[in-house]
Amino acid sequence: MLASALIAQMSPSLTVAPIATIKAAKGTEATVTFKASLPPGFHTNTNKPTEAYLIPLTLKWTGGPLETGSIVYPKGTMEKYSFSETALSVVSGEFSISTKFKVPAGAPTGAAAESGTLRYQACNDKACFPPKTLSVSFTVTVE
Amino acid sequence: MAILRWTLTVSVAVALGVTACAPQKSTTTSLKNEKERKQAPDFALKDSHGKTVKLSDFKGKVVLLDFWATWCGPCQIEIPWFAEFERKYKDRGFEVVGVSMDDDGWKVINPFVKDKKINYRILLGDDQTGSLYGGVDALPMTLVIDRDGRIASVHVGLASKGDFADAIEKLLEAPATHAGKRTHRSDES
Repeated sequence: MLASALIAQMSPSLTVAPIATIKAAKGTEATVTFKASLPPGFHTNTNKPTEAYLIPLTLKWTGGPLETGSIVYPKGTMEKYSFSETALSVVSGEFSISTKFKVPAGAPTGAAAESGTLRYQACNDKACFPPKTLSVSFTVTVE
Repeated sequence: MAILRWTLTVSVAVALGVTACAPQKSTTTSLKNEKERKQAPDFALKDSHGKTVKLSDFKGKVVLLDFWATWCGPCQIEIPWFAEFERKYKDRGFEVVGVSMDDDGWKVINPFVKDKKINYRILLGDDQTGSLYGGVDALPMTLVIDRDGRIASVHVGLASKGDFADAIEKLLEAPATHAGKRTHRSDES
């Protein structure tokens, strides 16, 4: 009982909702948006933290038939914490990240996996937790 | 496998009197009485010059052992306090030892140490050392260790400067009980 209670209080995990399969024609663009969430009481830095020492939320697409275009991160909010003299740009709760992809004319026809990583570093008002990297992926059917 | 790892981590943490940080609050143990204190696990880590430093090198001194990282905001609040303690209490047999848990190592630690004017010993931590202390998942995690090398108090998350100062003062006033012989650091010969 004690052990499970303590485990529940340890390092928070960001969860990513399953990303739906998309269909896209060669030579066109497609936007993929997914939702992620942090447990209550925790935050992660936005992609553009206000302090140089903070680790940004970073999405990288690393494998698949698509070409990565622009990535739109959550804007976040400016929050003041007891450990910082100034407000920090953070994300908490549920948020979305969108990526605009190009489907190359030479992409192979059919279903394929597009995969990547989402790196984040979470804190609460009193403590911070080591950076983590999550795998993210979805299936694209190239037509 | 993950559950086993966490269970082991928690078991060690409970054994040391360390508990993880719950959302929105820190965890602090008050100064334990001498009978409740457990020996701080020894470790051997490198400093920025590549020199191996053991925790047991400091036996006979009161040690503030701070697990921290450059990306940890709360750690940055405490670091100037620890630098002040190092100046104030060093001549009375006190040392601050900072163990950085940065995966990127000295390339990020060295500029940070220079920028923050850290005046105490910094070592590069690893998972093995973290495991000895219950996993060191939440940072900062700071232990105050008595002259006999025993853990007198544990603070997980941003703590109070006054709590640290009180603990250090009390431990400096108390003589070592059984390990009493002071062991000099190997570079002090």
